[in-house]
Amino acid sequence: MNDTIKGRVSRRRLLNWAAALGALMTLPARAWATGSRPETAFDATALDQALMALGQTPTRHEGVIFTTPDIAENGAVVPIRVEVDQTVLPNVSKVSVLVEMNPNPLAAVFDIAPGTEVYIETRVKVAQTGNLYAVVESDGQLFMASRETKVTLGGCGG
Amino acid sequence: MAGRIKIRAQKKGELTEVKALMRHPMETGMRKDQAGESIPAHFITEVAVLHGDQTVMQAHWGAAVSANPFLGVRFQGGQSGDAVRVVWTDNQGGTGEGETTIR
Repeated sequence: MNDTIKGRVSRRRLLNWAAALGALMTLPARAWATGSRPETAFDATALDQALMALGQTPTRHEGVIFTTPDIAENGAVVPIRVEVDQTVLPNVSKVSVLVEMNPNPLAAVFDIAPGTEVYIETRVKVAQTGNLYAVVESDGQLFMASRETKVTLGGCGG
Repeated sequence: MAGRIKIRAQKKGELTEVKALMRHPMETGMRKDQAGESIPAHFITEVAVLHGDQTVMQAHWGAAVSANPFLGVRFQGGQSGDAVRVVWTDNQGGTGEGETTIR
């Protein structure tokens, strides 16, 4: 009886050590796990579907500052920038970028750590003329801004 | 395939501005080659920006991010000389990493 208990305890301790060691060795990888990938939203093939999969229908808000070109000569490389007026939209934890006319509208989701400025610059592909959406999560609520970008050369056919 | 990342981190007042350029084809899986065979999807799915051992931003990407992706972020609390790292993984198990120090 005694032996069994001893055996169990030491095995548990061993497991704990192994877990702690594993966590230490994969520190950057572990930090990645803060927000899991929203697979359903990425798989969505329509804008409404993708927005729904992100949680709720976002409210339009002037605090979301979304910069895109009015006209993109090359739809394969469309520079975008998302900023937030933090005096009206505090505690932003997430920024998502959607392209209405793409086969899969959700392009990217950014998890923002506290202390990180809400400022994201990247480039996305835009299949054809349509709206681009920036959705931010502030205090658990979703807010958005949209911009129309005209595309003279499509982005997905290459 | 381990891709290198061109990365720059510059202090601008309170903020540190990070700019990273990754080499990656970002194939959507919807294109066909000249022989009409479809080109398999190959794109970066996860990206993280680290300041020391702190993750300042973590991104999930779809294939709609442009080829050779550019990423710009800003965070607070960086000091000149601090290490800033950008790491990515793609849907085929590839990884990339770039490191610099804040100027």
